[in-house]
Amino acid sequence: MIGELGHFALALGCVLAVIQAVVPLYGAQRRDVLLMRAAPALAFGQLIALAGAAGALVWASVVSDFSVANVAENSHSLKPLLYRITGTWGNHEGSILLWALILAVCGAAVGAFGGNLPTALRARVIGVLGFTSCGFLLFALLESNPFLRVWPPPVDGQGMNPLLQDPGLAFHPPILYSGYVGFAVPFAFAVAALIEGRIDAAWGRWVRPWALTAWCFLTCGIALGSWWAYYEVGWGGYWFWDPVENASLMPWLTGTALVHSAIVVEKREALKVWTVLLAIGTFAFSLSGTFMVRSGILNSVHSFANDPARGVFILGLLALVIGSSLVLFALRARHLASGGVFAPISREGALVLNNILLCSICAVVVTGTMYPLFAELVLGAKLSVGAPFFNATVLPLVIPLVAAMSIGPVLSWKRANLGAALMRLWYAALVALCVGLFAAWGWGALPALAFAGSAWLIIGALAELIERTRLLRVPFAEFLDRVAGLRRAAFGTALAHAGLGVTIAGIAGMSLASNAVVALQPGQSTHLAGYDWTLISLTDAPGPNYQSRVATISLSRDHLPIAILAPERHFFPLQNQTVSDVAIRTNGFRDLYAVLGEERDGAAVLRLHYNPLAPWIWLGALIMAGGGALSLSDRRLRLGAPAARKAPAGAAAAQ
Amino acid sequence: MSRLLLVLLLLAAGPALAISDPREALPDPAQEQRAEALGSQLRCLVCQNESIEDSGADLARDLRGIVRQRIAAGDSDAQVIAWMTSRYGEFVRLRPHFDASTALLWASPVLALLLAGALVLRRRGAAPPPPLSAHEQQELDRLMREDV
Amino acid sequence: MNRRNLLLLAPLAVAGAAGVGFYAALERMRRGTFDPHSLPSPLIGKPMPSFVLPGQAPAQFGFSSDEVWAAGSPVLINFFASWCVPCALEHDELMQLATSGVALWGIAYKDKPEAAAGFLQEHGNPFARLAADRTGRTAIDFGVYGVPESYLIDRTGIVRWRWAGPITPAITADTLRPLLQQFA
Repeated sequence: MIGELGHFALALGCVLAVIQAVVPLYGAQRRDVLLMRAAPALAFGQLIALAGAAGALVWASVVSDFSVANVAENSHSLKPLLYRITGTWGNHEGSILLWALILAVCGAAVGAFGGNLPTALRARVIGVLGFTSCGFLLFALLESNPFLRVWPPPVDGQGMNPLLQDPGLAFHPPILYSGYVGFAVPFAFAVAALIEGRIDAAWGRWVRPWALTAWCFLTCGIALGSWWAYYEVGWGGYWFWDPVENASLMPWLTGTALVHSAIVVEKREALKVWTVLLAIGTFAFSLSGTFMVRSGILNSVHSFANDPARGVFILGLLALVIGSSLVLFALRARHLASGGVFAPISREGALVLNNILLCSICAVVVTGTMYPLFAELVLGAKLSVGAPFFNATVLPLVIPLVAAMSIGPVLSWKRANLGAALMRLWYAALVALCVGLFAAWGWGALPALAFAGSAWLIIGALAELIERTRLLRVPFAEFLDRVAGLRRAAFGTALAHAGLGVTIAGIAGMSLASNAVVALQPGQSTHLAGYDWTLISLTDAPGPNYQSRVATISLSRDHLPIAILAPERHFFPLQNQTVSDVAIRTNGFRDLYAVLGEERDGAAVLRLHYNPLAPWIWLGALIMAGGGALSLSDRRLRLGAPAARKAPAGAAAAQ
Repeated sequence: MSRLLLVLLLLAAGPALAISDPREALPDPAQEQRAEALGSQLRCLVCQNESIEDSGADLARDLRGIVRQRIAAGDSDAQVIAWMTSRYGEFVRLRPHFDASTALLWASPVLALLLAGALVLRRRGAAPPPPLSAHEQQELDRLMREDV
Repeated sequence: MNRRNLLLLAPLAVAGAAGVGFYAALERMRRGTFDPHSLPSPLIGKPMPSFVLPGQAPAQFGFSSDEVWAAGSPVLINFFASWCVPCALEHDELMQLATSGVALWGIAYKDKPEAAAGFLQEHGNPFARLAADRTGRTAIDFGVYGVPESYLIDRTGIVRWRWAGPITPAITADTLRPLLQQFA
């Protein structure tokens, strides 16, 4: 019964999406205000229908209704409640439903918060989102229906992969998908602008908060995925340059470029065509990520069951959505008149450099990820492209990016004086140099470069704030006034740039990590990274749907006890699978990390890691996303304030 | 998206938890370091996307052992890699060899930068927009008057 | 159409090329001519690695590469293990091959001798010669990355074909038989 209701809601959502695609676009073309005004209501309707469908699937899973095939295949009556809920999106069918649901949320959000948009633009944006939605909903209904029934229902479900039974992974897909799907809104804005044939500063101002929101989610999603790999998989690594990871990095790189180039559209009415292309490209990368993961076309550790037929359907969907938008781009982009001119050394120039470097990195990641496929199909050569390639090629592009990141924000618009800008950053350069020299003396060239870059970014971000508030150069009261008067977007930029600095410091720290694999009997101890690791005991403990084996390790330094680590090994009898439960003790500056392996002759094989600065990798990503969120809270972005921009735009035209 | 269904392949690799035998490390730290650096450039054949240093698979453990044996026997890094590719092909190298078939791959950062640079230069070199035609000028004047 | 318009077409062209490439890959995956997870053997067309392996019950003596070379007919070497599920799947086909006169020589890969013997007792022994590779080193010399794997060695000791995974009747009919005829 629940299944039928959900199925009906899904079909209803699909019908509403079709109407949402047709009516507002037609209305905008005919300048029919009534049809255009219907757009938000249709978007809300689609959201309600899909929320009903998703709710039905969750409910079927919570009450363990095994007559629904999807629940029978992926759930189990003994599974803890949290994972019965979150497990609904841990499989292919459920995740497509989640994807469509988030897309509906985006449409409804444009309907709800787009009150100050021109009616035609809002109608077109919602229409384009509806068009994209109906593609995904058709895919859900025809190729991957989560509500298919099995009769008779099995007595119990097959359970899910134990590695997915983890709180980090439970919330990873919704956050990551919010990032991917969120870029559908800038995409829809770009397509709407192409249909209308015009882009102005107001368009830039409307697009930026949506792009920024999606970017924040994507940043958090990637960081959460990387963190999960670090603590759950137990290899001690955090980024493997796996095709699936790369697929999430591509839209992040172009999305970062988009967030920056939209500023140029907003402030200077330049880079319009490029920004439209970035908006289309970012969503195209989001979509093709889905394709690559679900078609099994790439060699990845992480993948859904391979199914070429499913792949063909998604490919057709991609061809329709991306192809039609690019055809529109080829036909209409020349109508987007380019605006303000600027000197190479200027804020705009720095943002262009940012775009060049980010897109080059993206091009390298795309090439490296696709090359094995290309080589096999075209050249008949079987080869692999792995972490050593990406590390070697991406690093030279990141260095100038980091160097420019601190300089860009202190340059002025239109034309800037590079010497004067660098003078303002002299102490950031000095600190970076000292940090670099100190690190080079201790740990060699690469970590030194990374630590110097990190210091340059963090101090550079501070320097920019200090410059704007004139700390120590004006009376303290005036400084406070200036802080209060500072735009939140400026704080946001500084915070986001400093966040990358923190992440880079974490990566540099991890390059100095040490580890050891030891076989210890209870009572024996070993020495690693200045700590004494003593295995105290090996015990059995029951778990909800697994059997647990716990090693208790005490850590001490110079005979002073520091911590107790208790790595576990979980045996899931249902799946006949063993999963390690890593023990991590952090103090914010280093992680002590232990994994329990097999046991032989009374001795347990333990892998012990000492990971300096490891938490900074994800802390930095959180700070970056926080910077984005702070920027979003800027009053002017929230209001959109097209009215305020009218006067200067008119003045520019008059010149 | 993400790492949703990691590990069909870990299933295939059995319950090994990427933990290997401590006895396999070479006694000489310099040699062990070389072995780790080499191992992280060689792909685990069973698990497809990990290096043999990271993998818990049985075969990866054997290959790790062989890398160490050969290093202890005095092989150079190139010799160890050649030993591997003669058995498993170019596929085992996570850092592909530079030759005609990978030239495009290795040139990709430079090509991307050149392309982007050319686009920017083209834009900068583009002629300024042509002056307004008489009709456009009229239209502009009309609009300006309306605005006032 | 001027240069600027051509430039605006470039993204569509790139995306279109990628789409065609993806479609070609999917088509070949569907038809089975492309498998992203397959791994071609660099040994094809090259002499087999040399080895000497001890016996595996029920056979008393093992065999060496020289004996394969001296067999006088193409030899299909099959790496198997009692702990390997797909090995049991291909076993019926191996029995068929053995009764039809194919020289099928088996190497037990990293298996306990008594377990491998038990496996053959239970399912039948299709192998004319049997050897045990307890360390797995010979298998690595062949480029084995999983069991079962089969290698066709011609009369001059050259590796002509490698199949990773269970041999099915279709593979026998479509690939193995023609090769056996070609190198007979």
